[in-house]
Amino acid sequence: MGESRIKEEIVLKGEQITLSFGGITALLHVSFDVQRGEIFSIIGPNGAGKSSLYNVINGFYRPQKGKVIFKDKEITHLRPYQIARMGIARSFQNIELFKHMTVLENLMLGRHIHIRYGLLKSMLYFGPCSKEEVRHRKRVEDVIDFLEIEHIRKKHVGTLPYGLQKRVEMARALCLEPEILLLDEPMAGMNLEETEDMARFIIDVNNEWGMTVLLIEHDMGVVMDLSDRIMVLDFGEKIAEGTPEEVQQNAIVAKAYLGESDGAFLGR
Amino acid sequence: MAIKCGVFKTTYEGDEAIWQTKVSRFWIALLIVALIAFPFIFQGSRYLLYVANSVLIAVIAAIGLNILTGFTGQISLGHGAFMGVGAYASGYFMTHLGMPFIACVVAAGCVTAMVGMIFGIPSLRLKGLYLAIATLAAQVILEFVFVRWRNVTGGSQGMLVPPANIGGFSFNGDFKFYFLALAFTILAVMIAKNIVRTKPGRAFMAIRDRYISAEIIGVPLFQYKLISFGISSFYAGVAGSLWAHYIGIITPEHFNVMVSIQYLSMVIIGGLGSIYGSIMGAVFMTLLPEGLRLASGLFSKQYPVLVNIFGAIRESVFGLVIILFLIFEPDGLAARWKTIKNYWKLWPFSY
Repeated sequence: MGESRIKEEIVLKGEQITLSFGGITALLHVSFDVQRGEIFSIIGPNGAGKSSLYNVINGFYRPQKGKVIFKDKEITHLRPYQIARMGIARSFQNIELFKHMTVLENLMLGRHIHIRYGLLKSMLYFGPCSKEEVRHRKRVEDVIDFLEIEHIRKKHVGTLPYGLQKRVEMARALCLEPEILLLDEPMAGMNLEETEDMARFIIDVNNEWGMTVLLIEHDMGVVMDLSDRIMVLDFGEKIAEGTPEEVQQNAIVAKAYLGESDGAFLGR
Repeated sequence: MAIKCGVFKTTYEGDEAIWQTKVSRFWIALLIVALIAFPFIFQGSRYLLYVANSVLIAVIAAIGLNILTGFTGQISLGHGAFMGVGAYASGYFMTHLGMPFIACVVAAGCVTAMVGMIFGIPSLRLKGLYLAIATLAAQVILEFVFVRWRNVTGGSQGMLVPPANIGGFSFNGDFKFYFLALAFTILAVMIAKNIVRTKPGRAFMAIRDRYISAEIIGVPLFQYKLISFGISSFYAGVAGSLWAHYIGIITPEHFNVMVSIQYLSMVIIGGLGSIYGSIMGAVFMTLLPEGLRLASGLFSKQYPVLVNIFGAIRESVFGLVIILFLIFEPDGLAARWKTIKNYWKLWPFSY
């Protein structure tokens, strides 16, 4: 992986984000910078606040303190759909697909923010609306082709096996053509082959499409192989940040995971 | 001779078409011809024409409710009252403001859409049963308005509504009205089908299936819920308006909560989230009581002793059929139809 794909520009920035629910602090003074084009991973033990951080970036949670800045614009107080329109897409830890719809319909929904025709034109269908539908269908087919899910495009999502559902969810996020892709445990519950496929897709999205990827993942092998930089959270606080090598050698990180300074878990 | 087996497409346009094969297009054409021929064949029977007209109006209203409840997942127990809004609005516009019929229908639809959207505002916060109760409140409030706002609605005395009239041609009587209702119904079906297969329809279904994901892919929930309430109420308003101009006199009882429940059962029995389902549900639910009435009429000749209880039996059979439907075909008539169709799609090599 050449360094040229990573640009100097900071595309997403968190400033002193603090989030608490009642008395429980989910995130405490978390700050980070993500550069355009990099794969930035967030790791940490269960309950460290990784998914909460995604929910803050997405606009589902409003942090009590701190800011989220996307391309020099503060997005902390925007609604989730506005943030999606600006160019941040996401997949969920527990699959959140539209189960009663086909793969194709799910992916066409991913094009929602790009479809321009209004209600009246859609009532008429013929003419501009059908032309635009076909144009977006072609984009969707590109994504289908890229993620190798041609054979299931007409299947209902609820009937698909878990690994394919995960892939469809990533496909839906890609259909938004986002600048930043937030992936929440894309490899969870997958076998080795599916994990390798997914890793390949993430690398391709990053390399070929130039998409910035944020990754939450528990599979340390994958995280260490894919990431440019890693941020480690523990009990809502950032305890380390750096390249995979730096994080692997960090004693605090090893302690957070294992309770003692034994780095064997992180692949040393 | 080569037998065609399976359907394969080579263009995206072809894949997006509603009727994908020549055979299905032929059947649709045949259906429309049959629908046009129907009143000529049964011209003598006012009763049959009345039933047919009721079915056509019910189809329009049921499609409206299905867009809201079946596609967007927002339960409404106020659909009957929304029909009432359309009926009274249309009658008022024609008798007091002297507007032409077509303008009355459209204006009645728009007024009802506005009212529906106002009562749809709680849907931002309320879901499921709570929303059902909120829409029930809408029903009660609107019924109250129908009874009490006498100088507009005529109160419980009712309101006289002149028959539909386009360019001097009056659609009075069952026979003439049938064609008007049929035209409106076909238009309503086409528009609904187009809505649900394009951007707004997909957004509705996204909200129904998983509103969190809908928001994450950029669907503004509140806006689309209101649009859904608006479209649904517009359909109810148009159906109510047609009903008013057909029946000639409207009273608040025509639009009580029983009507709302009946429409809800139509879309459930027909199939939630299916336009064809709403059609089948409306046909079924309108024809079933009529069929039962016919049957009980026949039986009461043979068993005159039982004539008193036939009314009650009819009601019970009605309830029983609905329960059996919910148990054995919970996805509605539309799902059954799909099963039958899929079987024939790959015939004769369906493996």
